[in-house]
Amino acid sequence: MLRQAVWTDHGFDLGAIAVALSKPYVWSALGNTLMLGCASAIVATFAGFVLAFAVTKTSMPGKGFVHMVSLLPIISPPFVMALAIVILFGRSGLITRELLGIRNSNIYGFRSLLFIQALAFTPIAYLNIRGMLQAVDSALEDASASLGASNWTAFTRLTLPLATPAILSSMLLVFVKSIEDFGNPMVIGGNFNTLAVEAYSQLIGYFNLSGGALLASILLIPSLLAFMVQRHWLAKRSYVTVTGKPTAQAIRITSRRVVLPLALACYLLCATILMFYGTVLFVSFTKLPGVNNTLTVEHYRTIFTAGIGTMGDSLILAGIATPITAVGGMLIAYLLTRRAFPGSAPLRFGTLLSFAAPGTILGIGYVGTFNQPPLLLTGTALIVVAVMVVKNLQVGIEAGSNQLKQIDGSIEEASTVLGASNTRTFFVVTLPLLQPALFTALAYGFTRSLTTLSAVIFLVSANWSLITVTILSQVETQRLGVAAAYCVVLILVVLAILAVLQAFLARGVKTGPSDE
Amino acid sequence: MSEVNFRNVTKRFGGPSGAIAVKGLDLRIEPGTMVTLLGPSGCGKTTTLRMLAGFETPSEGAITIGGADITHVPVNARGIGMVFQSYALFPHLTVRQNVEYGLRSQGVAAAETAKRTAEMLETMHLAALAERAPSQLSGGQQQRVALARAVVTRPKVLLFDEPLSNLDAQLRERMRDELRAIQLKFGITSLYVTHDQSEAMAISDRVVVMRNGVIEQDDAPPAIYARPKTEFVARFMGRANILSAPVIRREGNEVGLLIAGETVAAPIGGGDYRRGDRVRCVLRPEHARLEASGAPLTVRRVVYQGSYVEYLVAIDGQECTVLDNLYHRNGIAAVGETIRVSLAGAPLWIIGPASDEAQSDKAA
Repeated sequence: MLRQAVWTDHGFDLGAIAVALSKPYVWSALGNTLMLGCASAIVATFAGFVLAFAVTKTSMPGKGFVHMVSLLPIISPPFVMALAIVILFGRSGLITRELLGIRNSNIYGFRSLLFIQALAFTPIAYLNIRGMLQAVDSALEDASASLGASNWTAFTRLTLPLATPAILSSMLLVFVKSIEDFGNPMVIGGNFNTLAVEAYSQLIGYFNLSGGALLASILLIPSLLAFMVQRHWLAKRSYVTVTGKPTAQAIRITSRRVVLPLALACYLLCATILMFYGTVLFVSFTKLPGVNNTLTVEHYRTIFTAGIGTMGDSLILAGIATPITAVGGMLIAYLLTRRAFPGSAPLRFGTLLSFAAPGTILGIGYVGTFNQPPLLLTGTALIVVAVMVVKNLQVGIEAGSNQLKQIDGSIEEASTVLGASNTRTFFVVTLPLLQPALFTALAYGFTRSLTTLSAVIFLVSANWSLITVTILSQVETQRLGVAAAYCVVLILVVLAILAVLQAFLARGVKTGPSDE
Repeated sequence: MSEVNFRNVTKRFGGPSGAIAVKGLDLRIEPGTMVTLLGPSGCGKTTTLRMLAGFETPSEGAITIGGADITHVPVNARGIGMVFQSYALFPHLTVRQNVEYGLRSQGVAAAETAKRTAEMLETMHLAALAERAPSQLSGGQQQRVALARAVVTRPKVLLFDEPLSNLDAQLRERMRDELRAIQLKFGITSLYVTHDQSEAMAISDRVVVMRNGVIEQDDAPPAIYARPKTEFVARFMGRANILSAPVIRREGNEVGLLIAGETVAAPIGGGDYRRGDRVRCVLRPEHARLEASGAPLTVRRVVYQGSYVEYLVAIDGQECTVLDNLYHRNGIAAVGETIRVSLAGAPLWIIGPASDEAQSDKAA
């Protein structure tokens, strides 16, 4: 039933589609979306590769710092970057107006959007390519050197070809992320409309459900296409299996002429990210950024008084969704890898689809499906939780499956031979062994549930408001200080939860759970 | 003590037209004995074991334990103990919890569980290690935990799935003897799967050699080594030279074969051979002796093995390996030198007429 929601968008008559398709805004939005997606993919992947290469293969100092900073965008809400760029370079921006005295700078549009998205999605490319570079046995580079090849030859003939699958798959992933991005284009897109934003304004601005759904459906096509290519074609072309277990890396590239420019590029990138986050932090303590820069805690007071309900709602809903996502993910992973049962293929496809599908589609699909009796769920907390679970389930399944593949199947066989039922075996043997994957799913599910915007923006109601949606409306009403303060609090909450999970995991692995 | 019977068991994978893993298998394991399934990978031995365990269901035929048909009884209701190749110890439980696991799963009372677990840990010399995690144990200790866990539930049948293949050579022999001692002590009917023929001969009451899903031969270890039914069995059980030789006389159930200029006696076995026939026979390398009266043969290759020296020679134009374990007296010959080899008194075993040679499986 949940799966079908994704497809309900197609339940409209063809006439409406033809009418909608004849509107020019549809085509310009599609063109914009694809252009932005391609550009973001190229820029972010290039930056990600430079970072990954510098961190894994050179003697650049400060690797740990670069690694930490470059991961920041992953755990923060999607449009922190956009918020920061508006504050810094907007009409009354700290840099444009205060420093440079430019009165009417126009930050809104394609170029800033590209810049922001590239910055926000570089970590995805970085992690992907770094994993691949680390997994390449450094004995290959030793062999290359022993055969008399220079570092440059090793790079062009060895490293680059081996990393190509990771580079291409990063591009596709960033492309998908970019075209489904809603927060950034919403905030700084200006007249540069993308499909996700257009779908939102059709639905919310003109109450045009079918138009919005149609636009979102158009989005589904390139998105799924890219995702399928990435999964089925690229995954098989990989020369190395990424095990997550880095082999000892011999650092071969120490020449200053190579390291220095690479290091500078990495530092510049980190500085930019830090500046953006610093800006948000600064603004959250500023009365009226650009106009009255007096320090104040007023915005935080607002949050912890008027905004406390929003934060509570967000935490409650994410708190409900996360364990369901994680345990559900483990159970599905177990069913898919260990038991053959009818319906496993549709289940696999369905979860994959809801992961690949842009959040906007899920959101609109759910509104469409659950808008009429007997499934009148729109506006309830249940629907928000359902979207959060469905959107993030795949990560739990993935983590669980990978973990299960490393657990010898005969351990479970041993349990059944000794007289335990399948159910008992799952809870007493399999689930405890899946603990690391379970925590991964918990951490990811919680972060995503808390920071997602595109999927839930259509589903919030007067009763349940979510923090990301509130931030967006604060930005739209130019209350940047409050928005920034929300962002800061959100990031801190996510960091705190991750730290708690990390601590649990470290302890759990050492002692293991007691038997019953 | 329970008897196990396979009655005309066939296993196909992937539907009625699928690949046949085991074909029309009839096998009986007498109560309290240890039977070993031996064969190359893909011969069906593991599938047979897994059908008895309940992980696979036969496509045809029936399996009984102690007279009761268990063909469709689920794994966890069969009352079986099993030692896995990877040991499959529960990594998140201690040694004691691992051993207790089966008793708890089968609903044995807590006091009884504690008592039997403690006794078993004592028997297996594991008492001092009871609170350790499996990862803190050596390979041999893990093996003992796996065995203790399998035996403590007093299973009707004990299954071994290549349990020694993860151990190094020396430890393997010691654990092999320990496994056998425990099996005899508790008198559990056992089925053991391996591809190591010396392990099979050392540990079992009966060895069943399998090939392509069918039983090739089922006999006690000395019988199967001395009287292999086929060239495949001869080559799989230890080392064998297969020689073709003419029959030059027949006396009752014995024939005289002309090999390397000597007449060597051999029982006719199941065949009927007369003067003038050519037969194929098995000569074990250790049965040839280096003697001054023997036929002069040119050494083609020498392999020094410590307890013996191995020579490759040609007997009547057929390549043949002979061993000399008295080389300290005879000296070690070099390639191209001549050694004198006598087959007088060697227990030759005829496996068929030489006309079969063309169809015989050289790959074996």
